[in-house]
Amino acid sequence: MTLPTDTEERRIAYGAAFTEGLAQMMDADPNVFVAGEDVGRAGGVFGSFRGLNERFGDMRVVDTPISEQAIVGLGTGAAVSGLRPVVDLMFMDFILVAMDQIVNQAAKLKYMFGGKATLPMTITTSAGAGLSAAAQHSQSLEAMLCHIPGLKVVMPSNPYDAKGLLISCIRDDNPTVFVKHKRLLGRKGGVPEDPYEIPLGTAQVVRPGDDVTVVTYGRMVHEATSAANALASEGIECEVIDLRTLQPLDMDTVVQSAQRTSRVAVVHEAVRFGGLGGEIASGIAEEAFDYLDAPIERVGAPFSPVPFSPALEKEWVPNAEMIGERIRALAAA
Amino acid sequence: MDPSSETLLDLHRRMVRIRHFEEAAGRLAEQNRLPGFLHLYVGEEAVAAGVCANLDDDDQISSTHRGHGHLVAKGGDYGGMMAELMGKATGYCGGKGGSMHICDLDLGMLGANGIVGGGVPIAVGAGFANKYRGSDRVSVVFFGDGASNIGAFHEAANMAAALSLPVLFVCENNEYGEFTPRDRTMAITDVVDRAAGYGMPGAIVDGMDVVAVWEAANEAVSRARRGEGPSFIEAKTYRFYNHHGVQTLGMKYRSDDELEQWKQRDPIELFEDRLASAGVLDADGAQAVHAAAQADIEAAIAFAEQSPLPDPDSLLVDVYTPTAYSGATP
Repeated sequence: MTLPTDTEERRIAYGAAFTEGLAQMMDADPNVFVAGEDVGRAGGVFGSFRGLNERFGDMRVVDTPISEQAIVGLGTGAAVSGLRPVVDLMFMDFILVAMDQIVNQAAKLKYMFGGKATLPMTITTSAGAGLSAAAQHSQSLEAMLCHIPGLKVVMPSNPYDAKGLLISCIRDDNPTVFVKHKRLLGRKGGVPEDPYEIPLGTAQVVRPGDDVTVVTYGRMVHEATSAANALASEGIECEVIDLRTLQPLDMDTVVQSAQRTSRVAVVHEAVRFGGLGGEIASGIAEEAFDYLDAPIERVGAPFSPVPFSPALEKEWVPNAEMIGERIRALAAA
Repeated sequence: MDPSSETLLDLHRRMVRIRHFEEAAGRLAEQNRLPGFLHLYVGEEAVAAGVCANLDDDDQISSTHRGHGHLVAKGGDYGGMMAELMGKATGYCGGKGGSMHICDLDLGMLGANGIVGGGVPIAVGAGFANKYRGSDRVSVVFFGDGASNIGAFHEAANMAAALSLPVLFVCENNEYGEFTPRDRTMAITDVVDRAAGYGMPGAIVDGMDVVAVWEAANEAVSRARRGEGPSFIEAKTYRFYNHHGVQTLGMKYRSDDELEQWKQRDPIELFEDRLASAGVLDADGAQAVHAAAQADIEAAIAFAEQSPLPDPDSLLVDVYTPTAYSGATP
């Protein structure tokens, strides 16, 4: 199977693909602006906004106070006034500081107002463990956002998707949350220079296989694919599905694969309990129960805060070896 | 700047229209003809009227759980409002918002808000959009003394000042955050003291004096339109009814004497005395304004009662906007 990213000659990093997509949207649409902590002069703590302030000026690349509620409110008020804001909440953990503005305000205004408000706002943030950033700078909190009617949520796994999904989020007329993974920022892949969209709500089969369906997203796509490649030498062929968008979920692609393979594992970095894996497993059980030959396997982080010490953190984050063990057992079940 | 006679009559009409809407809503609630919560603005009319008389339809306001008065003052339609309070399909929000989320974006009214302080950052965002476009439009945040204790207010006030946005913060200090007196919840007497901490000018006005409110708002709005940044007005006022609904339901959180003293300074009665003394509007003229508002509210109630309930099929409509991005729009 050939993915768009494989045939593209120009290879750039995930973080650079994000920056390029944002800059192209700002070039194309004067209503697009970005605001957040350190996004201006500093270019963002991860360099994701580098060069934009010099190019577009202080009014379109806005350094804000460390005030997450006001940052999201700034975007919401500007969006209902006709602008197309991109607001950055540096670390996904900080999204919790702004939960009222995201959940009670931005997500609901359109519905509460009888459809009159339009909120083309993109919230960008960075999730994920693996940098010894400890419990308040490492979380994957996507499940709680996917629970909120009115929000859309994406978590790209590669540079091609990072650019295409960001452009789709910015062009979308709803509040969207674009979640980067910190450990993917430097990962390179093929990215076309011209702007392009990846429709929200479309999953992608990144590795075909007939024995086990592995449903995953974000950085775990790479761990799951590594596990799948290793298992192939044992004669177990996994079909790896990258969800790309988590709200709305492309359950059609998942269910069709499950009906064909009859064995499903759902893998995410987020804490397993209450994670998106439960929702996905439940959806498969509802739509494809009669096709299943084994209980649905769920792989996720254990039920603890993210630990600091590298020795502990590597036990916390699911990896290819852990995923491989579970899939091997699932294939034999 | 002194208000013209025309402005004085406009202020009177706005206050009277708020009063009649709220008294009618209170009566309907007492008769169990309105579902849900109801936070009445009676007693505080001079604040919304005095501020909104300085605004055009293109200027935005964000409001509070006690938001009907702000929408009426901004020119809101009685029929759409009453239908919304009754949860009817013809309501401002198609019956999906109710009293606490009533809005009219065409009038720049960005919504009442069920979360104390929740509307403050949103109005600051609207102010940002105005500055971004280089327009001279302004946004106004209405909030209570209670909301001045929540983080969203402080974050948004600081941001408005740091980015020098055309925003007017109007604190309606009615001395109670829900049922708890202000002196139990803050160590300052005047909420406006907080403005200095954000580097914005602040003023205290008598919130029962509509002309005083109008004058202070006129100056602050002009300042914002000139691009000189945000300012803060604290209006000392009082709500004549309970935090929600009409009756206090046996709660003894404020004294009858205190209520009576404030009612002696009813903002509409005070203003009508003044208008009569100044020869701008006599008792008969004032009565005609009341009669017109009363006729309008009766028509609005009839409209709302005859209106259909929302179609159950509308339940899942407008959770999302179907996107059809058509490129940059001016």
